[in-house]
This record gives sequence, structure tokens and C-alpha cells, in this order.
Amino acid sequence: MKKLFIGAVMAIGTFISTISLSFADELLVPHMTYRVGPFAANGTMIANGFTDYFLMLNERDGGIGGIKVNPEECETGYKAQVGVECYESYRGKNALVHTPNSTGITLQILQKAPEDEVPILTMGYGLSAAAKGETFPWAFNYPASYWSQMTSILSYIDSQTGLKGKKIGFLYLDVGYGREPIPVLEELGPKMGFETLLVPVAGKEMQNQSSHWLTIRKEKPDWVIMWGWGAMNPTAIKEAAKTRFPLDRFIGNWWSGAHVDTQSLGAKAKGYLASSYTTTGTSFPAIQDMIKYVVEPGKSKTKMDMPGKVLYNRAMFNAVLIAEAIMEAQKMTGKKMVTGADVRLGLENVKLDEARLKELGLEGFTAPVMGGCADHENGGSIFVQQWDGSDWIRQTDLIPPMTDVVQPLLTAAAEKYVSDKSGWTTQKCN
Amino acid sequence: MEILYAIFIAPFVEMGSYPDLFIQALWDGFVAGTLYGLIALGFVLIFKASGVFNFSQPILVVLAALSLVSFYKMGIPAWISVILVLIMFYVLAWLVERLILRQLVNQDGNILFMSTIGLTFIIIGAAQWIFGGVPNAMIVNELGFPSGSLEWPIFGGGVYFEMIDVSAAVIAVIMIVILAVFFSKTKIGRGLRAVADDHQAALSVGISLNQIWVIVWFVAGIVALVTGIFWGARSDVSFALQIIGFKALPVLIIGGFTSIQGAIIGGLIIGLGEKIFEIYWGPLLGSGVEGWFAYVIALVFLLYRPQGLFGDKLIERV
Repeated sequence: MKKLFIGAVMAIGTFISTISLSFADELLVPHMTYRVGPFAANGTMIANGFTDYFLMLNERDGGIGGIKVNPEECETGYKAQVGVECYESYRGKNALVHTPNSTGITLQILQKAPEDEVPILTMGYGLSAAAKGETFPWAFNYPASYWSQMTSILSYIDSQTGLKGKKIGFLYLDVGYGREPIPVLEELGPKMGFETLLVPVAGKEMQNQSSHWLTIRKEKPDWVIMWGWGAMNPTAIKEAAKTRFPLDRFIGNWWSGAHVDTQSLGAKAKGYLASSYTTTGTSFPAIQDMIKYVVEPGKSKTKMDMPGKVLYNRAMFNAVLIAEAIMEAQKMTGKKMVTGADVRLGLENVKLDEARLKELGLEGFTAPVMGGCADHENGGSIFVQQWDGSDWIRQTDLIPPMTDVVQPLLTAAAEKYVSDKSGWTTQKCN
Repeated sequence: MEILYAIFIAPFVEMGSYPDLFIQALWDGFVAGTLYGLIALGFVLIFKASGVFNFSQPILVVLAALSLVSFYKMGIPAWISVILVLIMFYVLAWLVERLILRQLVNQDGNILFMSTIGLTFIIIGAAQWIFGGVPNAMIVNELGFPSGSLEWPIFGGGVYFEMIDVSAAVIAVIMIVILAVFFSKTKIGRGLRAVADDHQAALSVGISLNQIWVIVWFVAGIVALVTGIFWGARSDVSFALQIIGFKALPVLIIGGFTSIQGAIIGGLIIGLGEKIFEIYWGPLLGSGVEGWFAYVIALVFLLYRPQGLFGDKLIERV
């Protein structure tokens, strides 16, 4: 009897797990999350910011075009193979767009997108070459690729101390994500006259960086740029302080400058720099609405202290881009229930200009994003922020990327990517 | 010729040219080594008592650190929080014995191993649910550990000693000595060894298997707490701490799965070896050698001395 009962419970559980929570009259926006695992601290903030925006639209506006959005989560634990399983589980369910939230997962599913006709939006991560819309019609990395970001960071360093004759340390998580901008450093080093010191940090050594920082101490770079994630970031900042490396010469990319990276360090991280493309704080009407309609009534998993934080706000902006693309797709097709292919068109026609950002309650939140057929990254600009011991403070105006450098590199990389893939779907843009 | 110089001469020239950096590397390696040893110790204790590789030891480190910080954030004084964590670990040890080990006594080692994997996922889910995933700073100052650092100006440079690292090394050494004495000189320690050799034989001479298991899991919990405090202080307290926990695997292979001394010696070999190798020979191999150095050393041990430096050589009748 006991065995029968356990068997019945397991059978029911298995049956329930195979049923998608999506329904035919909903706009299904899958979201690959990682609320568990070593990167859970970051993943939780991202998952909440993303989900809360759609929940707010559902509560406030009744969804998009009168249709409710289902921001369904699929837990990956930040593991590529699990991400692929998540992706596969949405086949045939009219998913509108995929948000892998991991460069590793992106690289695995990139080739599947044209076949399934569901676009992939990798906002601020993923394959840099996906910026070339003619080669990658189904992938988008608005508002900027890693390569663009790296050139903006180098421009910032150049404006501060000059780059010529300098040694730039590049401390990076030794995975696809961390290695992504190395070609830019290799290209620009000889051109701009700086030397690059590569310091890879294996995933297993994220919290154990003393030898990496002793190498930095030995090699004495003038600046250190970090492409880190998760626990790698606070550990690196601590080790930098320990080795007496000046924190105002240590600059992280936009995934290395969140509250979760510095809050536990407090004053110890004072002076540390990072790039960003989204603003912190809760003063924006859109975020106020998320608090009012979703967070305060307890309709999400978000705690009251999360809105306004770097990753929460950035993930919210990711949701904004998707919502705008769905809206655009509805306008273009005249259908309320759009498809992935429609949303792909929507993404190419997104018009998030200053006026629209203001209308959305996000005036001054980020640089405008104007979608395009050929340009899937929008050549976005970044700004540099600095940790003051308790919060991130914006330090600069928007710093544009070195388009003249990045574009030829992106073109070459896109051509190389598809060179051995017969039958790869491309598109012509006017 | 150039490559031979880079391998056999240049690193030593560098060590001599910047002795402060070399001393710093030795110190950092020593601290990392003692902490690796501490993590390995948690595995050794449970392996000695039940012959099982406790896959859940790294998550116990996370659980200990996370619960300590969370209790403190609830307004409970730091040392009372420590006591609460210890009580929690005693309860956990009792539950593990009651719900898992007692049910699986005399089962194949693989089954026990699988049960610790299951336990890991239960703890991950429960800890995430109760404490959340937001990283926190370890409350080392609140626990009375000294903060700041000492600078030793030497050879025109300097060697920096973080006070928390000094505390970690001292406490790790004290703890290892106490545990070594406890498990080799006391009745419980002898009981532990008997249980490790043969469950049924130990039972037949009146050793309480259940009691030994509770004690060992509780002590492994204490080790996890100390490890969590010091590794948490080096980075922050988050679920990422479990990654570092698996660094104990090569340490165990080198030191031996059943030896407390082996855990610390293995830890020091890995700690010192990987730092020195990364700094002086790493650039020749494109850096990042620390990620695999320990495993290569472990592989060499597996080939030539599979029982490790201090492990018991297993002789089985076939």
C-alpha cells in the first residue's frame, strides 16, 4: 500500500511537471533563470526584475494589447546543458522570444533559433558577432555587444591616463563569456600602444584568487579590467585591496558592477569602477509601478530592498525591450496573439527613443535603443559608475564604442562563424 | 634553449629578484593550504566513520556560513548565533543518522554516497528557501576576529598579512591538532576507527554505531562552520562557497581519505604548490594553471600511490 501510494505521488508529480503552465490566450515569454547554484545571488535579482515588469504590465494594463504575458521561468542553475533542455521544452509552445541569461547557453542554442523561428535576445551578453543582423537574423544583443563595451572602457581609460605605453591587466572568468572580448584587446593593443596581461580565473577558483593577484602584483599593470561574474567579483575586489592595487584603476564590465558584488564589502570596495548602461534607483515611474502593483502586494518573489538595484533594474529593462518588441509586432501584424517570427520583426523595429522612454516612465534610465535589420546591437553607449562605499554613483556621460574598430571585427567574426555552417539562414537588409 | 631557461632558470631568478613576492606567495599558499586541509577534514571524518565520500560536505560549509550570518542579521548576538548553528548541526546530524544512515547500514558504499548527493540537494533547496541567495559579508569582526592587515617591509618591498588570514591559519592548526588527538586518543576515536573498519564487528563489541555517526556528522558540521567563517571572510557568504568545497578532492587523494594529518599535509602541498606554480610557471602555460594543478598532482598520486600519503592501503581478498 505504501509503495502504491509513493508510486501514485511520483506519477502525478511527473504528469504535472510535463504540463506547461502556459495557456493558449497568453503571450509566452520564457525566461531561463538561475535562482539556485553558485550564481544564485545574481540570478535571483535578474529573474525578479524581469518577471516583475511583465507582472506589472498584467496588473496595470491587462498585459500587452489586452493579452496577459506569461513570463515563465525555467531554472538552469547557470548550466549550459540544462539551458538547452529548457530551450527544448518550449518547442511547439509558441514561445515568443528566448532569454538565456548566459553566454554559454546562448552559444548552444544560437543555431536552433532560425529553425524554430523564435528570436533570442541576449541583452548585454552572448555572442558579440550576433550584432550583425544580416548574418544573425534571429539573434539580438541590444543595447551593446561585449566588444563595443570593451572599446568604451578603453576610451574611458584613455581619457583618464592615456593608453599609450600602458599595461592593461585583463582579469576574466575563464569561460566563453570571459574570453569573449579578448580579440578586441589583441586588435587594439598594437594600434593604441598598450600591452595586455591576460589573467584567467577558472570557475573553480572564483573565490580563491590570491595567486592571480600576486601575478598582477608581479606584472604591475596600470589598470585592470575585469570580466567577472558571481562570487568572482567581490573576491577580486577584496584581493585587489589586499595587494594594494588602487581600486580607482580597477574597472569591471557591466556584469561586474552590481550591488551584489559590492554591498557585502561596503567601504572596502570604495573607489572600484564598473561600466553600466542602466541606471540604479527607484525614482523612475515604471519602477514605482512595479513596486506598487507587484512587489508591495506580494505578487512576486521580490523583496522590498531589491527594486532599484543594478541587476534588478537591468533585467527590468530587458523585459521592457521584449514588451516593446511584442507591442511593435502586434502593431505590424494586426494580430494580438503574435508568434516568435512576428516578435523578431518587432525587435528589429523597436523604437525606444527619448520620448518613448519618458512615456514608459524611464526618462534618463538608459540610452535610446533603435532597432534595425542590419544592426542587432544598436551600437550602444555605456557610462562608468563608481562604488562610494554604500552605492553606485554615475561618474561619466555616455561613452560611445569605437565603431570603426568594432564593426570590421564583428563582420569578420560573423563571417567566420557561419563559414562552416551550410544552409545558415541569413537576410538582406536595405 | 630559451624554453629551458624559462622553465629551469627564470622562475628562480624571479624568486631571488623579488623575495618579498616569493614570501607573500608562500604565506598565501600556506593560508590557502590550511583552509583546504580544513575542508578536507570534514570529508575525512565522515569517511573514517562510514566509509562514504560525503558529497554534501561543501554544502554544509555553505549552510553553516549562511545560517550564522542570517541568525546574526535577525538581531541575535554573534556568538549566540554560533551556538545556534552548532545546535542546528547537532539536530541535522541526528536527522541524517535517523533518516538516512540507519536505514542504509551495511549497504553498498555507492548507495551511501548517492544518499549524500540527495542530502546535498535537500540542503540547497531548504537553505535557499529559508535564507535566500543574496550574498552577505561574514561577521568576522562581530565574532571578535581581528581585522586589518600587517605590513612587513622587507627587501625593498613588502609582505602583507591579513589579520583574518592569520586567525584562519592559527585556528585551523589548533582544530586539526585537537581533532587528531580526539580521534586517536579517546574512546570515541577508537570506536570511530572500529566502525570504519567493519560496521557489524563494531556493533558486536558494543560500539554504538548510531552514536558514533551522530558525533562524527556533528564534528563535520563544526569543521564546516569554521571553514565557512574563514572562506566566507575571503570572499563572501553565498552558495558559490560550495565550489571551493570540492577543492578538497585532490587534497584527499594526496593525503589519504582516512588521515587527519593527511588532510592538512595534502592541503599544504596543494596550497603552496598551486600558488608558486601559478605565479612562476603559469605564464609559460598561458596562466590559469591553478584550476588544474591540484588535479594533476592528484592524478600522479592515483597512479603511483593511490592510498595517498597517509591513507590506509586497502588489501582485499579476491
